[in-house]
Amino acid sequence: MRHIVSLLMENEAGALSRVAGLFSARGYNIESLTVAPTEDPTLSRMTIVTSGSDDVIEQIIKQLNKLVDVVKVLDLNDGKFIERELMLVKVKATGAFREEMKRMCDIFRGRIIDVADGTFTIELTGSGHKLDAFIEGLDNAAILETVRTGASGIGRGDRILKV
Amino acid sequence: MAETTHPQHITGAEIVIRCLEQENVKFVFGYPGGAVLHIYDAIYKQGHFKHILVRHEQAAVHAADAFSRATGEVGVALVTSGPGATNAITGIATAYMDSIPLVVISGQVPVPAIGLDAFQEVDMVGVTRPCVKHNFLVKDVKDIATTLKKAFYIAKTGRPGPVVVDIPKDITAHFADFVYPESVEMRSYNPVTKGHSGQIKKAVKLLLEAKRPMVYTGGGLVLGDASELLVKLVKALGVPVTNTLMGLGGYPSTDKQFLGMLGMHGTYEANMAMQDCDVLLAVGARFDDRVIGNTDHFYSKDRTIIHVDIDPSSISKRVKVHVPIVGDVKSVLAEMNELVALEKPTQSPALKAWWTQIESWRGKLCLDYSNNNGLIKPQYVIEKLWEVTKGDAYVTSDVGQHQMWAAQYYKFDKPRRWINSGGLGTMGVGLPYAMGCQFADPTAQVACVTGEGSIQMNIQELSTCKQYSLPIKVILLNNRYLGMVRQWQEFFYENRYSESYMDSLPDFVKLAESYGHVGMQITKPEDVEGALKEAFDMKSRFVFMDFITDQKENVFPMIPNGKGLSEMILAEDL
Repeated sequence: MRHIVSLLMENEAGALSRVAGLFSARGYNIESLTVAPTEDPTLSRMTIVTSGSDDVIEQIIKQLNKLVDVVKVLDLNDGKFIERELMLVKVKATGAFREEMKRMCDIFRGRIIDVADGTFTIELTGSGHKLDAFIEGLDNAAILETVRTGASGIGRGDRILKV
Repeated sequence: MAETTHPQHITGAEIVIRCLEQENVKFVFGYPGGAVLHIYDAIYKQGHFKHILVRHEQAAVHAADAFSRATGEVGVALVTSGPGATNAITGIATAYMDSIPLVVISGQVPVPAIGLDAFQEVDMVGVTRPCVKHNFLVKDVKDIATTLKKAFYIAKTGRPGPVVVDIPKDITAHFADFVYPESVEMRSYNPVTKGHSGQIKKAVKLLLEAKRPMVYTGGGLVLGDASELLVKLVKALGVPVTNTLMGLGGYPSTDKQFLGMLGMHGTYEANMAMQDCDVLLAVGARFDDRVIGNTDHFYSKDRTIIHVDIDPSSISKRVKVHVPIVGDVKSVLAEMNELVALEKPTQSPALKAWWTQIESWRGKLCLDYSNNNGLIKPQYVIEKLWEVTKGDAYVTSDVGQHQMWAAQYYKFDKPRRWINSGGLGTMGVGLPYAMGCQFADPTAQVACVTGEGSIQMNIQELSTCKQYSLPIKVILLNNRYLGMVRQWQEFFYENRYSESYMDSLPDFVKLAESYGHVGMQITKPEDVEGALKEAFDMKSRFVFMDFITDQKENVFPMIPNGKGLSEMILAEDL
């Protein structure tokens, strides 16, 4: 099953490689991984999207907790949570495509953030499924480039991951 | 007016020395080189610890590792950058797999040169990351003291392990005020100590009500210094007990309640009791693949498993357990003993019947071997070694058949006496391990049981042994084969002995003599005991004993790879 694991770790050189190394050394899946400092600059927050049986997920959480730089780990799937991902898509926008692209963008509540001769760059946020649906909705030939951040997640209500 | 003490303004190299002094380090095992020259200059000027000059960095780490295994203290090794650092890796990985607390200080190229492919540069933090508990690169002289304080703290607390501290050369020449922190606070590192009392109560109840109880302990019990508490518990409950390869000595081997080692080359009675018990107490052991080779076969019988371990990730990793207890084995066993004492257990009819069953398994005499072909049997050498040393030696081993025979036939009654590489299975540890033990206990008898393959993997340390006059006794079980490889080739590859024959061996007697040691070659069974006595009587000499043994001897019992605990091959089956 797909799980979103959130963790807080010391914002130190090499911390990211410890997590990435753990996943490759133990053969765990990583679908995506995002990391950035928090409001406290000494801490980084990482969101890892992974998948595996319950036993594997349990081991992943334990192994992450064992890393000396990791302060806290939370499996978001243990409760209610919200997940968002940001995508930038550069598409062909010539002739009839130009109007079509604008319309698709509006339907998905995206924004055109760059306009050039023959191209649009569209910004879209949402769950991974929504971003997938947008890509599927486009004519494949119209897509020039895509870039996705990977999912970020946060617990609902008073589920808070903080030191 | 009260005198105020100002912190001393000293170099980074001197700070390193002062930190080691503050940690009460007695021995540093190392090898100098460019990036650590400032540190070696500071070593020259100090008088607090002894530096042991090895002949290869791998041996420095192994010796520090054995020093720790023998004493319980943190072992310390010092190596230079680049090749010095990479030579240390096997030693670090060996210690990591067996959870041995080490601090390994490696030199690094100067900070401005990092990343420029400088001479003798290697990314030590990157290279060691998968085989250390933690590692640090120090980039400011002001951070040396706090980093080393953290390194020692991390190495020895929780589940112990090696910590690497990589220090660039320029940092060791910079000056800073020396203040050694009194304590360490790390918000990201808070190892558990006490076990959950509710779980402990539940475990004790299960053990008291068990019909066929069994206790299985590993290296964690030895590292946690909890042997006495285990003996008390096992005696009070009247239950059988087995030790893993890493756990030998955790329970006295000569006691009647001890069933011997378990696992791939464990005894018939230990493996059968593991399979057939109804309540299993596992303490500081991790159900690894050499203990429970086939988990499905293990699950084919029902039993309730209680697992005590300080590392939550060791619990339910390979085998699902029912009552997990995360905590320091010493504190958990102490609590268990208190609860058991309140109950004053007596032997139930069920437990009596269980012992009858165990005795019938024991009656198989699975470690018997025939001793009548005029050749020296390796098992016989170990039995005589046990007699001659009165069961009180530090025994180190390398990896292979000789290791298994040493584990099976030397009856360890004390913890921290059996020193071997269990997890990583590193050939070449035997001699440097013996060095570490001899430094830890200079007047003790130290025997290195080895094979002619393994001993040549760190043979250069004969020179170190000479320099420091270490009276180690090498017990070489020389069968002219990589014995364990040959055994597997005989069983599973139709006798195709691919590259397992050790040809062109040196004359070990002359080799030992050329290093200034005593060499002996023993070819007849009737000479074994006398030669061992003669060697151990030479209390101040290093003696290299080359026993020419039966080439075709195999290790039994054996659970073939992937088979279940009760699917052993016994010597009598063949």
